[in-house]
Amino acid sequence: MANVTLNQIRKVYGNGFEAVKPCSFRIEDGEFLVLVGPSGCGKSTLLRMIAGLEDITEGELSIGDRLVNTVDPANRDIAMVFQNYALYPHMTVRKNIGYGLKNRKTPPAEIARKVDEAAAMLNLGAYLDRKPSQLSGGQRQRVAMGRAIVRDPALFLFDEPLSNLDAKLRNQMRIEIKALQRRLGVTSIYVTHDQVEAMTMADRIVVLNGGVIEQIGTPSEIYHSPNSTFVASFMGAPPMNLVKAQLDEGTVRLDCGTAVMAAPAGRSGPVTLGIRPEDVRIGSGAARFDIALIEELGAHRLLHGQVAGQPFTVHVAKETQVSHGPQPIELPPAAMALFDTATGARL
Amino acid sequence: MKRAAFDNRWLPILLLLPQLSIICLFFYWPAWQALRSSFFLQDPFGFGETFVGWANYTRLWTSSEYLKNAGFTAIFSLSVTGLSLAIALLLAVKADTVLRGAKTYRTLLMWVYAVAPPMAGFIALILFNQRWGPMTDFFAMFGWDLQVRLDYFDTGFVMVVASVWKQIPVNFIFFLSGLQSIPRAVREAALIDNASGFSRFWTVTFPLLAPTGFFLLIINITYSLFDTFGLIDTILRNNPGDNPVTLVYQVYLDGFRGQDIGGSSAQSVVLMVLVLALTIMQFRLVERRIHYT
Amino acid sequence: MADLTQTAPARTTRSPIRWASVLDHAILIAGAALMIVPLLMMLQMSTIPDAQVMQHGPSLQIGGEFWDNLRKALFQSMSFSGETTGLTMFRNSLILGLGFAIGKIVVAMLAAYGIVYFRLRFATLAFWLIFTTLLLPLEVRIVPSYEITQKLGLLNSWTGLIVPLIASATATFFFRQYFMSVPEELVEAARIDGAGPVRFFIDILVPLSRTMIAAMFIIMFVYGWNQYLWPLMVSTQEDKVTLVQGIKQITQSLEGNHIPEYGRSNVLALLAVLPPVLVVLFFQRWFVKGLTESDK
Repeated sequence: MANVTLNQIRKVYGNGFEAVKPCSFRIEDGEFLVLVGPSGCGKSTLLRMIAGLEDITEGELSIGDRLVNTVDPANRDIAMVFQNYALYPHMTVRKNIGYGLKNRKTPPAEIARKVDEAAAMLNLGAYLDRKPSQLSGGQRQRVAMGRAIVRDPALFLFDEPLSNLDAKLRNQMRIEIKALQRRLGVTSIYVTHDQVEAMTMADRIVVLNGGVIEQIGTPSEIYHSPNSTFVASFMGAPPMNLVKAQLDEGTVRLDCGTAVMAAPAGRSGPVTLGIRPEDVRIGSGAARFDIALIEELGAHRLLHGQVAGQPFTVHVAKETQVSHGPQPIELPPAAMALFDTATGARL
Repeated sequence: MKRAAFDNRWLPILLLLPQLSIICLFFYWPAWQALRSSFFLQDPFGFGETFVGWANYTRLWTSSEYLKNAGFTAIFSLSVTGLSLAIALLLAVKADTVLRGAKTYRTLLMWVYAVAPPMAGFIALILFNQRWGPMTDFFAMFGWDLQVRLDYFDTGFVMVVASVWKQIPVNFIFFLSGLQSIPRAVREAALIDNASGFSRFWTVTFPLLAPTGFFLLIINITYSLFDTFGLIDTILRNNPGDNPVTLVYQVYLDGFRGQDIGGSSAQSVVLMVLVLALTIMQFRLVERRIHYT
Repeated sequence: MADLTQTAPARTTRSPIRWASVLDHAILIAGAALMIVPLLMMLQMSTIPDAQVMQHGPSLQIGGEFWDNLRKALFQSMSFSGETTGLTMFRNSLILGLGFAIGKIVVAMLAAYGIVYFRLRFATLAFWLIFTTLLLPLEVRIVPSYEITQKLGLLNSWTGLIVPLIASATATFFFRQYFMSVPEELVEAARIDGAGPVRFFIDILVPLSRTMIAAMFIIMFVYGWNQYLWPLMVSTQEDKVTLVQGIKQITQSLEGNHIPEYGRSNVLALLAVLPPVLVVLFFQRWFVKGLTESDK
């Protein structure tokens, strides 16, 4: 019912700062879309424009078939979950959840029914008469969720809703939110700077940097075939290894001279070579990896060191025996990506 | 202004209307009137006025009475400010130190905040009663025969005592609050670094309290200039005679009783300039204060 | 700033000599006595016969005259015309204190709301017009203020007494600071929940500011109740005289008579002092918070 279309949406602030450069994409009905990027990349501005809390400088925004550029936030049929929950501190949980309905002149009996329904769904039944200050962080987060779902909106907006929770609770809430969205089937836009949240929750990810969309794609596409060095280094922990290399006569060579892969002819000069730490094979091969530090993570190990004088990380299974010092490694050509060193774009 | 401010056009004007109309009517108009009248001489029978330029001001600099009262006001303000700040600081530091009964001391030391200055004057009149006042008796033991409203110095002294008494609680509240906002980690670090409590106070606590002190300095000067009117009027029993009065009291005497509107307005303007200078100083200090906290 | 009523943080070390602590307590007790003794003295003087006060002043003796003095203070007329009793003065003080506090808070909250939560074309001008009033106290423009009140025909009216006192932006400044500190997301959440500016103010902002309103109310009530110079000038009719203003008549009545009515005067003075003191003591926590935060 509700797909969202952004057509050349742009935001310029009064001081001339262009927070969002013209961007277009479409969110399908029922899709869970994550906007991810470092702080200041324009992802929150974009979300706030969709919510109607920020004016749209240029472009067209439609929710469903309706152009909503000038529609008041209350009339866009949306619900939003804020970073600091934004619960009304003087109202009980019940009133917090029901406040939006009350303003829509919903009959009290129906408000009560819907609030109870939402509370049951979120396991908040026992807390309905408490004030937000008497709740834990996770419970407050659920109340904020309740306030959103009780309205039965066409679109959910999430503005970094988990960033105030501790790591353990964050993992748990991540799963709960995703499950809830699946169940309700409501189109959702979720803003975060945490690439793990983006990868685990999204149907599709939009990676933003400096007000520009770097890449749109499924988590798997974004992870395995990044469009730029920015996406490559932003997504994934540890990030993709990026090593300077030379493209010469159809061969890519590291700075130490080792040839690592064949490349289409007709191009030469410096390139950046990217490979995920888990795609590197250790123990044999032409390249040398100088291991300086071994990070023991239980289920696996991370080896930090240098390849051709540049920082490099390799992910190995816990069974693999390694020691400090130089080791031969193999870089499978199929797992490698080549980027233009100057622009960062994928070749 | 908030990021997501409302766009309504007429509502904000409606919201600001009461405040703006009250200040225009009872702040800007009188302030303008004072400024204007200070350049005019009013006919005592109300038949108009004559422009006299700076004459009302030059009259002030040549009036020995005005200069005498200005001198008294300066000494009065400095004594009241200095004494009440010093006593309040001592009490605040002690109230912050003791463990037992701290809350009770606080309550006992702050309630006088709510006593009206004229009531403080009334209390002073009883304490310094000529015949049996306990304070008069006390000073008589040292051979000082205190005569309120008969002796210029004695009257001024009683005014200072009463004003200090009334002002200690405000300073106490601010100093104590300032002391308690010093982070515990800083105190503990100081405890480790410096063994002497006395030196610890002057090298750590006092500099951290300095912003509060600066702020209070201005507050106290303003208090002693203006808020003490009722206290002074009560002590003088509405009849100054040859007794010391502050500049604000003289504005009232000349303008309201003496009907010398021009002279009184010129005095008002002089005071306005003085307060303006003080307040601007205060704002700059408060601004700097933010860096401390 | 920290809340004064919190208990002091426990010291990590104790001085080995307890004498230091004894000295601390001695200083504090002396300070507390300095504050409270004058009040007790007034109370004592109202319990003994006036003739005795005239001879010897305050003493340690507790007499039985208090209730009689209280009755006289409350119900017996002060003046020649016979209208003003302590009770009327008490009522007038209450009207001034409450009227001023409520009026000031309402005007200030509305103005602060307008400044903080709306896009205003002349916002900067309004801001400066309002906050310049912080610079000059009423006392420096007292004579022209009186003339204007007279011109408007407001002498001897509650309006003329209360409204000019409201003409300064202390409370507005305070509420502005407070509103600025209210999380941005709250108004955003409310807008998405369909609350307009009026609804947001009534449903969210006012209930949220309860503590701040209480603190302001205490400070403003005390300020209004304690007014002296302005009532003295604009309320000349006896039926409008407040207790604090009436202290003038009280002190004058202590002169001239054969035996001044010390007992009754002291009870009236206590009546003038106690209500604001009780308000401050009772709501100590809010009051201190309001006072020490208003300077930021």
